[in-house]
Amino acid sequence: MANFFKIAWLVTRKDIRVETRSWEMVSTTLFFATSCVLVFSFAFVREGRPIEGAAAGIVWIAVAFSGTLALGRAFERERYQDAMRGLLMAPVERAAIFLGKLLAIVLLMAVVEAVIVLFVTFTFRAPLFRFPGYLVALLATGTIGFATVGTLFAAMLLRTRSRGVLLPILLYPVTFPVLIAGVGGTVALLQSEPNLDLVRFWTALLVLFDAVFLTLALWTFEPVMTE
Amino acid sequence: MMAMSTRTFGGLLCVAGAMFITAPILIASAPYESTMGLVQKIFYFHVPSWIAMFLAVFICGFSSAVYLFKEKPAADRLAVAAAELAVLFGLMGLVTGPLWAIKAWGVWWQWDARLTMALILELIFLAYLLLRAYGGPGSEKLSAGLALFGMANVPFVYISVNVWRTIHPTTNVLPSLSSSAPGMFGPFVWCMVAFLVLFVVMLTARVRLEEQRGRLEQLYLALER
Repeated sequence: MANFFKIAWLVTRKDIRVETRSWEMVSTTLFFATSCVLVFSFAFVREGRPIEGAAAGIVWIAVAFSGTLALGRAFERERYQDAMRGLLMAPVERAAIFLGKLLAIVLLMAVVEAVIVLFVTFTFRAPLFRFPGYLVALLATGTIGFATVGTLFAAMLLRTRSRGVLLPILLYPVTFPVLIAGVGGTVALLQSEPNLDLVRFWTALLVLFDAVFLTLALWTFEPVMTE
Repeated sequence: MMAMSTRTFGGLLCVAGAMFITAPILIASAPYESTMGLVQKIFYFHVPSWIAMFLAVFICGFSSAVYLFKEKPAADRLAVAAAELAVLFGLMGLVTGPLWAIKAWGVWWQWDARLTMALILELIFLAYLLLRAYGGPGSEKLSAGLALFGMANVPFVYISVNVWRTIHPTTNVLPSLSSSAPGMFGPFVWCMVAFLVLFVVMLTARVRLEEQRGRLEQLYLALER
């Protein structure tokens, strides 16, 4: 078991090292997320004032869109010089490889989310930092759920031709519960009278979603990656 | 089901046809619903189409799991047939629903829990078909993974849209129908059975088509060697 996590961590560390040498994914994803927020500001700011409750939706849509971009890129890299084949041929459990890739994506998305939250707090005057613990819990559980489904789908789409188009097509319908729960919880946090019971409910639902889909993904990664 | 003989298949097809021909007569003779009147009769086709869709979703999900872990091609053929039926019956529900809604609620679409859930499931299985159509070789396994995830998603979609809806304005949705009106119950069961027979007929035909396609592909490959 300890070996399993060690291998996963090695894969994560490899991804972090590749990233810190170029900073390509962090910079492009951050830029994209920021422009997403800007696009929404055109729709949701009327006469200089943001529409109430818009901030929660903007945060989550920016997370979902920039997350998709990062997922596609993270696996595109594995295509160079058949790196993915090399990874899959390593005499280790494939589930560990999946977990390693997932962890790297979650870390990257966490960096992007930190910036998105700060940006939205400033530009939309949203009291996102009123309950930082609850917000972090929502974002963490939501990101793990989104990235779990995304990592599996991006990995299995590596072999297909139109993967760029197919990833969002497959990913969004399956992760709708994550987005509904994430937006629902954040709206409940940002209300003038926060409904913490509802926030706890959505976080619990996200934890359950993470548990079910992480189990399913670890279980199906081996067969879907076998040609 | 796969080994169903042409005779049984033809018989079932006739049964389905006869039931659908008689269904309008039964529906016309059923009592009118007190508040909605004539438009409520969409119910007899609307509800069975959703039930058929859910049946298709679970058949697709389970046979995809079997294909993924046991690598049986027959399971994949069943999965693709069921996925197409899920989209087809879902589309029927999505067409009949707004037709009913515009008369009963005064709007085409309501962001009600059930409607949202139906739309999400329809999208998941449309994505399945898109993946199969444009994924290229090897997309069978990938779509099996998607179908498994789609099926596991059903309870989450159900819970999330139900709670999400309660913090939005709600309308008086679907008054209870079958328990209070025995005159409507008979035609409803008739239509339900008609839809299920049609479902079995279409599923069998589609699975057979997929079998023939696979055989043809093998013959082409053998010819090229």
